[in-house]
Amino acid sequence: MTYAGNLPSKQATKVAVHRQRISITAWLQLALLILLLVFIFGPFYWMVSTSLKEQNDTFAIPPKFIFTPTLEHYNFVLFSPSAIVPTGLQNSLIVATSTTVLALLLGTPAAYVLARFEFRGKRDLWFWFISNRFVSPIVVALPFFLIARDLRMLNTPQALILIYLTFNVPLVVWLCLDQFRAIPRDLDEQAKVDGCNLFQAFWRINLPLAIPGVVVSAILSFIFSWNELLFALILNRSTGQTAPVQAANFMTGFGVKWGEMMATGTLIVLPVVIFAAIVSRHLARGLTMGAIK
Amino acid sequence: MANVADVANLAETHSIARHRRFPRINWPALAMIMPSVIALLLVGLYPLLFVVSLSFQRFLLNRPQNNGMFVGFENYATVLSDELFWSSLGRTLTMLVIVLIVQIVLGIAIAVLIDSSRWRIVNWTVKTALVIPIAMTPAVVGLLGVLIFNRDFGLVNYLLGLIGIEKISWLGDPTMAMVAIIITDIWQWTPFAALIMLSSLALVPHDMIEAARLDTKNAWMIFRYVKLPYLMPGITAFMIIRTADVLKLFDMPFTLTRGGPGVSTELISLYIQRMGFRIFDMGVASAQAVLLLILCIVLARAYIRFFYRAPESE
Repeated sequence: MTYAGNLPSKQATKVAVHRQRISITAWLQLALLILLLVFIFGPFYWMVSTSLKEQNDTFAIPPKFIFTPTLEHYNFVLFSPSAIVPTGLQNSLIVATSTTVLALLLGTPAAYVLARFEFRGKRDLWFWFISNRFVSPIVVALPFFLIARDLRMLNTPQALILIYLTFNVPLVVWLCLDQFRAIPRDLDEQAKVDGCNLFQAFWRINLPLAIPGVVVSAILSFIFSWNELLFALILNRSTGQTAPVQAANFMTGFGVKWGEMMATGTLIVLPVVIFAAIVSRHLARGLTMGAIK
Repeated sequence: MANVADVANLAETHSIARHRRFPRINWPALAMIMPSVIALLLVGLYPLLFVVSLSFQRFLLNRPQNNGMFVGFENYATVLSDELFWSSLGRTLTMLVIVLIVQIVLGIAIAVLIDSSRWRIVNWTVKTALVIPIAMTPAVVGLLGVLIFNRDFGLVNYLLGLIGIEKISWLGDPTMAMVAIIITDIWQWTPFAALIMLSSLALVPHDMIEAARLDTKNAWMIFRYVKLPYLMPGITAFMIIRTADVLKLFDMPFTLTRGGPGVSTELISLYIQRMGFRIFDMGVASAQAVLLLILCIVLARAYIRFFYRAPESE
């Protein structure tokens, strides 16, 4: 089949040029891109492979790239009588899901109002919302520890769910505000004519149209909460430990059990990495949103 | 329903002037924004006020007898004359400068590489892969670092051994431990720079590049004078986001080195955490935190001034 016959001439030349130019430059580019992939996946691969290796294979010099995989470490961290990782993952899941849902419930109506109305002090309010994201967590963690202690909320998921709102609500407001602004105001007018009140206009008309922004902010908010260590370490030391805290505790014992450590690490990281890879395009958009405008 | 009428007025574009003449409270809108405001007042602002008040008190977690005693600026005096505070801050800022430069240069290089490459499937794979380090739990990345930088059986020393470099005691040597933290941060966050630069490159108009190609064949000149101006907002945004991130940095160094050996990799957040929860001096830790907060606020101001358009400006 000849392309030239069907395509406009400009495109045809492009195709021709393209064919000629699988040159040294192109091969070099390919080599660099593959090298980049090796750098990105290398450490990740190393974690997963160590989690599947016998302890002896871990120490092998030169490192074993080919080995007989074993699930013993997973078996141990998940199913042994002393296994704590399942509880940790469960706690992380509860905390991350709850805080994300709560942040969406609080953040989306606020973003909608900020997108639609003018009022005095709006700039300052909006600045204050966003600035919460720039406050170092340790600054909030010190007083929050004392507050949670007095309220007897230490070692409960509630304390973490609430404190994670400090970075999740701003995130939701930030991403959804842009999304709501992109929705034509005519739709609100129409809704008003049809007898919707403000909340109904938001809930029935604007929110469904803002789903892309809502989803991106939900994903980022879930990932950040799932990954968070500092607050979890300070607030939930004994019960209600989240998975990252358990991972951090591996370094405190005697004799590092690499296989179990990496199996735990893999179990923590895998859900978010798969999640992130599936929605990578949206994620990239969410992360870079605001950065380039 | 008067309220709905108010809303109706406000929703119209010419409503601003009317709003000023008759300042009426738009109750439904207020009801929708208040829950988030109250939540952030409680979990965001109240702790900040609390930490400021703590910084003027004697507050020891392990000896609570005289806790709450007002001590004026004593805690601040302690912090300002504390060499460890300044060295941890200095360490944090040194790291910041290094990672910013490396990540921006590498990020641009990666973005240009992907942008100019015609290997569609490989490009797509790389773009997808770029989000993986960013999404990875920093605490786990730190643990993974402990394994990879291990002196005896770590992957890094093995690879260096292949090109004839002696074994380096990465986590046992003060300088190399800091280098290990920096390398790990570069691995995790260069993809973020690359993603920002990629979306910035997409903004360069095609005919501008075509026109420039008529004038010069020098790819560097085209990059410098045509593409780079489009990258500048992204570069500055990246710098400020990452500045805030590095000042916050805790999880990864905590699991990778825990500040050690000694205090040689103790970044500012790690030091404040140790002061509060290992030395148990919440008063001094709070004074440190307030100083860090001031730094954060200055940066956030700068950030928003440079990059965010306020919502009303279209």
